[in-house]
Amino acid sequence: MQRNNLRKWSLLLGAAAIVALPMPSWAQLTQYDLETRMGTESHVGNITGHAKDAKADYRRYCVVCHGTLGDGNGESFPWVDPKPRDFQLGVFKCRSTPTGTLPTDQDLFDTIARGLDRSNMPQWSTFTKQERADLVAWVKHFSPRWANEKPGTPITIPPEPEVTAERIKAGRDVFARVQCWKCHGVQGMANGPSASTLTDDLGRPIQPFNFTDGSRPKCGDTDRDIYRIFMTGLDGTPMPSFADNIKPDEAWDLVFYLRTFMSQHSKEKAIAKQLGLKPVDPNAPAGQQ
Amino acid sequence: MHVSRHSRLRDVSYFGSLILIAVSVMLACSQPANALPAFARKYGLRCSACHESWPMLNYFGQKFKDNGYQLMNDRDAPIWQNPGYWPVTFRITPIWHRVSTGKVLVDTYGPTGTGGSQVTGSAIQRITTSGFDLSGLDFHTGGTLEKNFSFYVLPSSDNTASFHFETVMARLDNLFGSPWFNVKLGKFELDNLLSEKRILTLTGNGGIYQLYHFVPVGDGNIFGQMGDNQLGVEVMGHSWDDRTRYSAALLSTSDGTVGMPYGNAYTGFFAASQAFDTGKAGVQRVGFYAMVGEAPTTWLTNGGPSSYIAGSGAGNKTFSREGFVGQFYFGQHIDLQVVTQHGEDSAWFGQGYGDVIDGVSTANNQTGTVLPPGSRSPSWNGVLLEPHYVYSPQLIFIGRYETIRMSQQSTPGTASNLGNISTYTIGYRYNPFMTSRAGFAWHNEYNWLHQDGTGPTLGLSSTNVNTSELLLGFDFDF
Repeated sequence: MQRNNLRKWSLLLGAAAIVALPMPSWAQLTQYDLETRMGTESHVGNITGHAKDAKADYRRYCVVCHGTLGDGNGESFPWVDPKPRDFQLGVFKCRSTPTGTLPTDQDLFDTIARGLDRSNMPQWSTFTKQERADLVAWVKHFSPRWANEKPGTPITIPPEPEVTAERIKAGRDVFARVQCWKCHGVQGMANGPSASTLTDDLGRPIQPFNFTDGSRPKCGDTDRDIYRIFMTGLDGTPMPSFADNIKPDEAWDLVFYLRTFMSQHSKEKAIAKQLGLKPVDPNAPAGQQ
Repeated sequence: MHVSRHSRLRDVSYFGSLILIAVSVMLACSQPANALPAFARKYGLRCSACHESWPMLNYFGQKFKDNGYQLMNDRDAPIWQNPGYWPVTFRITPIWHRVSTGKVLVDTYGPTGTGGSQVTGSAIQRITTSGFDLSGLDFHTGGTLEKNFSFYVLPSSDNTASFHFETVMARLDNLFGSPWFNVKLGKFELDNLLSEKRILTLTGNGGIYQLYHFVPVGDGNIFGQMGDNQLGVEVMGHSWDDRTRYSAALLSTSDGTVGMPYGNAYTGFFAASQAFDTGKAGVQRVGFYAMVGEAPTTWLTNGGPSSYIAGSGAGNKTFSREGFVGQFYFGQHIDLQVVTQHGEDSAWFGQGYGDVIDGVSTANNQTGTVLPPGSRSPSWNGVLLEPHYVYSPQLIFIGRYETIRMSQQSTPGTASNLGNISTYTIGYRYNPFMTSRAGFAWHNEYNWLHQDGTGPTLGLSSTNVNTSELLLGFDFDF
């Protein structure tokens, strides 16, 4: 009886081992896997980027943070905050595409040149466009997502309307309705009640954007960029997409209202001052801000 | 004779083998390149991000410097750093070198007499010296005091630990929120695109750019040396991607000497450049520079004609240096740096008037002094070509050719080639590792320099001097 049990357990364990042993190799990208993806390309305008041509630039400029295997586990990983992006996941903050989808090549191309404010990712505007396109291909070659999925379709951004007092007030209502204040605070100072509890998808603490300290939004600081950020969300972070909750016209209202928080001089700021606009009241009943 | 030649050959082979073994061991021990001191510690970037090969800047490093040692990521202020961070890098280089100088005038001795050996005459001889040595020590400290307030302080010593301030400057960055307006005050390197302070070579003659220090034979003006850090104020600006950049500096005409020992003379330096995107070849940059200044030729004295009063210089005369700069890249491995220069000094300098404080000149342009008939402004042209082969961020091969040709001598009848310079340098730097705390390079270099007519004459019309230097060393910083 005991011998039968032993045999049964041995068989079970053996089967489990056969199933389990290959699993790490699914999860862990190897140099061999990367070599097989060296033919990855990117297309930005009329430029075609080739992953194989970016190897030297990646080694010179990027590997210290993003690591040899693109997993964000480079030498500087322990020291930098926010942590470097894990390219193997294929998840990116700055996209023109809907949440959950892959970014376009142009999105990655722009991110390299723009850098990511308040992080150790500088503005790599010193590359030629060809070098940048090659690096985009290189970034893509780390993740199997690009082999299996197509990038999302960029969202449509309607033309920017004229800034008016009504729009700013309407933007304030949107700010209250979708509860931006919970993270960003009622005055946009990143001190909302949820601010200290936020973590990214990997469980690392993350801070909401402070609109008032003069820093630039990570994914660009034009009005269109800000519009895009809350309509696509910042994947991998607690910042969701509000594409299903905010109509395009309301999104522009919200952009104008957010501008009133920012330290830079703006028409929106002047109008808000003229209106004597008060911060939203989190306790006010819906629609009575 | 045969034995001697064989012996020398054997020595060379042995020596060469030692170098090969040393390089092989280093190659075998190589590790992935990581980061470097000071700024790299601050930003967690690898040294190769900013340096084509340390210390020479690449385009990204130039942009970082132009931004006031800032990445412009809103995390540049020291308040964002761990309080234990101290922005200091030390650099020193223990070396072995062999220096061979031709045509040195030496005494000759006759037979020993009752009074000892007698100097009976002179002869010309080559002197060759070899041995272990040290470079000076540099304490680099720089960075930001606050966002858009940057600084650099560099106490530097010679190899006897005698210190001076090589660089001391503070800079206001991005004034009015614009990268086009930055102001620097203090002692700093001129905005030379090909920076001598970041030169990749270390020998006595190859460790400087001759073009940046050229002074015609007999000329009393030492103030046009673009390679020396200068005291003054600089306004500098650039586009956000640093493709377009300019700088204009107003300098005391002192060649960077503190204490105002000269006179009330000023020099201007202007540089501008534009970079172009050329696809796979890389970013190419072309630019020009001009240095125009005045320097004193008249000095007050007290206690005799050679008792000059420091700071009393007057009778300012002009000088100029101007040229083009090119930084050309041919893919990720090969580049060529080019600098040209046309220089001209006032005839007064050409006739030996100028810096009496350092004893370069002994002539004083007092009231009534006239130049010798026919005196002309000395002028010259030069070019510097420096190709690099960057095998990887850890291994770079360096070559350089410089030539300077006098186009007009100050004194009619002087040999037209007097003072002409030609020099070649070859070498390589290999970094077996780079960590986020230190940098280390195995450096090997050979320089040969030829100058026309500056050797002792001994009755001949002129003799040329050839000097060569072989150097091996460990160039490290931490």
